[in-house]
Amino acid sequence: MKIVSDMTALLTGMWITWQHIFRRPVTIQYPEEKRTPYPRYRARIVLTRDPDGGERCVACQLCSAACPVDCISMQSAEAADGRRYAAWFRINFSRCIFCGLCAEACPTLAIQMTPDFEICKRDIMELLYEKEDLLIDGCGKSHDYNFYRHAGIGVTQPRGAGPKEKPPVDVRGLLP
Amino acid sequence: MIYDPLDIALMLAKIALVFFVILTLAAYLVFAERKVLAWIQDRKGPNRVGPFGLLQPLADLIKLLTKEDFRPIGADKWLFYLAPAMAAIPAIMIFAVIPFGAPLRLFGHTVQLQVADLHVGLLLFVALSSLAVYGVALGGWASNSKYALLGSIRGLAQLLSYELSMGLSLVPVVMLARSFRLSDIVAAQAGCWFIVYQPLAFMIFLISIAAECKRIPFDLPEAEGELVAGFHTEYSGMRFGLFFVGEYLNIIALGGLAATFFLGGWHGPLLPPVVCFSVKVLAFAFLFIWIRGTLPRLRYDQLMHFGWKILTPLALLNILVTAWWLVLRG
Repeated sequence: MKIVSDMTALLTGMWITWQHIFRRPVTIQYPEEKRTPYPRYRARIVLTRDPDGGERCVACQLCSAACPVDCISMQSAEAADGRRYAAWFRINFSRCIFCGLCAEACPTLAIQMTPDFEICKRDIMELLYEKEDLLIDGCGKSHDYNFYRHAGIGVTQPRGAGPKEKPPVDVRGLLP
Repeated sequence: MIYDPLDIALMLAKIALVFFVILTLAAYLVFAERKVLAWIQDRKGPNRVGPFGLLQPLADLIKLLTKEDFRPIGADKWLFYLAPAMAAIPAIMIFAVIPFGAPLRLFGHTVQLQVADLHVGLLLFVALSSLAVYGVALGGWASNSKYALLGSIRGLAQLLSYELSMGLSLVPVVMLARSFRLSDIVAAQAGCWFIVYQPLAFMIFLISIAAECKRIPFDLPEAEGELVAGFHTEYSGMRFGLFFVGEYLNIIALGGLAATFFLGGWHGPLLPPVVCFSVKVLAFAFLFIWIRGTLPRLRYDQLMHFGWKILTPLALLNILVTAWWLVLRG
């Protein structure tokens, strides 16, 4: 009987909604109640330093190339000792979508994401973060990684002095 | 005919009371609907304005009153301005014939708790509920918008399909009570409510009034998923609010009428008559909200099919059976 099965279907639906009336709401009352984000939550971007206190960012532009909304811009420069750095570094948080592609693209682990998601501002220009706003004093999520120790070619240490780095081979020598 | 000034004063007080109660109730029905729908969907609902959000209707009112009163280019000015009132006023007028309590003795006068005890109260209700659709039809037509026009066409088609079965489902009630007067119908149910004799007519009436007040699953004139907001797409501010108030007044009025026709009106055990009646009306309002939280919208052709091919023949059959039963019982 089609009518019986139809009526059963209607009443089943009514019963389910009736049960849900007495269920505890899943709403979180945001400004009063806040949920703690997970440690790896992707929100406000920071620029980290290496364990020796130097800037990790080498202004390679990979983050700005990876950014789907083009919110990162910078100008690269080179210090007297050969270290590259960003002369200025700017993230427009009014465009940033917190996708994390910049942090994934970064070869020196300089750009990282923090769980701080509450960055609303009255004035939209205050969402334009300059290098001094972005740069933090710590190493972020990787405490002992120093890009120049591994890959700095003759910049912060002589060739072959880095960890796990063999001394350069003398290509004109006769020894194997 | 000479009127006692006290009679006139009591009548005016009654009208003022009914006005105040139903308008407040309509405002809080909007609030209740938002709350209950939220609970059904595991949310909390409005809880920001006042304790438990109880002042939300007031905040809504302020918002609606201060919004821009917009009229689209090419809209028919007078019809566009009048349509919301045409939707709301018949809904308010229906309350004139609903008896909401047992007659009272006040200052040596018998006061009927009913604004107007007409001989043809039931017919007046049917007529007014047909008039209410003019607001929908003309509002949509005058808006000069295709969505609004489609909504109002659906409104008219819906009215034609459901007015008939609603009227026919009330015929057995009249046959049982032998009167069109609503107070007589209530008095006839002192012993046994008509829902016991007429469960089928009650179901048909219930489905028809859901269609009449444009509630899900029959909210085709509005159909926000398909027609933006149907017939009131182009309305803003308090004119939009009037359509809304009209809709909720209609729910209260039709709930009250369903209680009057089938659930014994103000008759009831234990509680005082007025409370009994209010409980029944609010139960109907809750039922409509509950149904809205559960069922999806019918398709246009399904609605017409259901109205013409199922409800109307069933209602006619029910009349025949009732008539036979009355004749055989003598």
